[in-house]
Amino acid sequence: MIDRAGEKIESIVPHEGPGVRINARPADGFLPDEPRGILQCENVDVYYGSFRAVTGVDLKFGLHEITALIGPSGCGKSTLLRSLNRMNDLVDGARVEGRVLFDGEDIYGSKVDAIEVRRRIGMVFQKPNPFPKSIYDNIAYGPRVTGMRVDSMDDLVEEALTKAALWGEVKDKLKQSAYSLSGGQQQRLCIARTIAVKPDVILMDEPCSALDPIATVRIEDLMHELRREYTIVIVTHNMQQAARVADRTAFFTAFADEGTGDRTGVLVEFGKTTQIFEHPTDQRTEDYISGRFG
Amino acid sequence: MRTLGGTIDGAIRPERPLASGTNGERRPAPLTFLVLLWLSLVVAFGVLVTLIVTIIIDGQGQFTGRLLSEYPASSPDRAGARPAILGSAWVIATTAIMTIPLGIAAAVHLEEFADKRNWFNRMIELNVQNLAAVPSIVYGLLALAFLSLLGVRDKNIVIGGALALSLLILPVIIIATREALRAVPTEIREGSLALGATQWQTTWRQTLPSAVPGIATGSILALSRALGEAAPLLVLGALVFVSFDPSGILSGYTTLPIQIFNWTGRPQEGFHQLAAATSVLLLGVLVLMNGLAIYIRNRFQKRW
Repeated sequence: MIDRAGEKIESIVPHEGPGVRINARPADGFLPDEPRGILQCENVDVYYGSFRAVTGVDLKFGLHEITALIGPSGCGKSTLLRSLNRMNDLVDGARVEGRVLFDGEDIYGSKVDAIEVRRRIGMVFQKPNPFPKSIYDNIAYGPRVTGMRVDSMDDLVEEALTKAALWGEVKDKLKQSAYSLSGGQQQRLCIARTIAVKPDVILMDEPCSALDPIATVRIEDLMHELRREYTIVIVTHNMQQAARVADRTAFFTAFADEGTGDRTGVLVEFGKTTQIFEHPTDQRTEDYISGRFG
Repeated sequence: MRTLGGTIDGAIRPERPLASGTNGERRPAPLTFLVLLWLSLVVAFGVLVTLIVTIIIDGQGQFTGRLLSEYPASSPDRAGARPAILGSAWVIATTAIMTIPLGIAAAVHLEEFADKRNWFNRMIELNVQNLAAVPSIVYGLLALAFLSLLGVRDKNIVIGGALALSLLILPVIIIATREALRAVPTEIREGSLALGATQWQTTWRQTLPSAVPGIATGSILALSRALGEAAPLLVLGALVFVSFDPSGILSGYTTLPIQIFNWTGRPQEGFHQLAAATSVLLLGVLVLMNGLAIYIRNRFQKRW
């Protein structure tokens, strides 16, 4: 299979084949039974005004692991993701109860600067959202606005693009508009942009839902690469994707409030991806995984 | 009838044949509606063309270099609109300098920073919408009252007129700027904030630059509205007979619409022709400004 740049994509092969292929952690990557939680939710509720979108979430996102949040539409998985780096602060009326600990510190603490939280915990969005600037300036923007000390911006841009597996495709056109790139390249540019400010955690909100299958595979491969240095949390609608990329999976669903009819999301089950997909303990998880609802 | 492929018996219920030789869009009801739409267009366009053609015919005799270079005079053969042209330029430039930064700042606050659920902000928003529809003479009276409070005796000065016109177009610029800001996708703001940029940096480096074409277009259209206004300036006692060039923001002035108003009121036919010629000039400037606005919009429009 040939992509835009005429480069052969070898990595697509292992992903082919029938059924759900479950991510095999590389031989050197030992996955402990309990995640070493660098980011942790303790009894988290997220509200929009008086509407409770998610309730009672206890989760640990393990260091240098990929955690997938899956579940049917409206189960609050994106809402929860956006509360992990205080992106929800920007929504009028949104508030979080409970604690979100980043390296042991509550990111909603009174002395915490949300700006710094967002630099340390980056985010990649559903739709590729490059800035209307050159490829170079897209990467350099983050380091510039956060006032990072940079010896050579050129080196930093190259490093970020290389890590995002985009350098080879764009190194000769760094001054061109980011909009000249394909959708998949734009999304890798957005990942490179996030990497450039040297975060610890990268949150991904359905990063492949606007991309074609080949671009999706490239992003998934990239996630496997990035896991060596970053902790990744990904929301996905695509169960196969969760199975392919995630070390651990959290399954959410929604229940309707009897009085108001509002639907509130809850965490049903959390565990290693192999366990969630092969031996789910909760009937709802099993129904969802086997395609009986959602 | 010729069949191109095979037909399947009984697969389709026989109703009207597809090739009936009629056109459903040409039945009486849709056709009447279409004709009415066309008539509306003809009436609207016809009135405009008549108006423009009439003033061009009326004014053609006076449309000479003298119109641009001479001062008003007691005889139409020696009179020109030079002070009015310069006066309009002074007033509009002063208005632009006073209004555009203020309007953009107000819009940025309302759109990017204000909590839209707060009743006070919602009230301001509603009132800005309403202010855009207030008759211009009311703004003239407001400016008059304001200048009186400040104890300004001669209110027919450039800055006074600019104040009235600024009040008039401020809501228009705020609304246009808000529209332009709203057209910048939320994803761009979120992308910036997610990298650790502050709201201020995001507004200054992403949202505002992307909204500049829309802001420029809206501002030019608002200024062209101000350029055509006479009423608020007349309330402030703008001079109708000016035989000197305005020299600063405290100088007396007249503008094109006021000059037209003045000449139209004279009994001599020659002044009516001068008024028509000046109208053509004003119209030409307005067309140029609106053309510039359209050019900016098309040239710099972003497709997200």
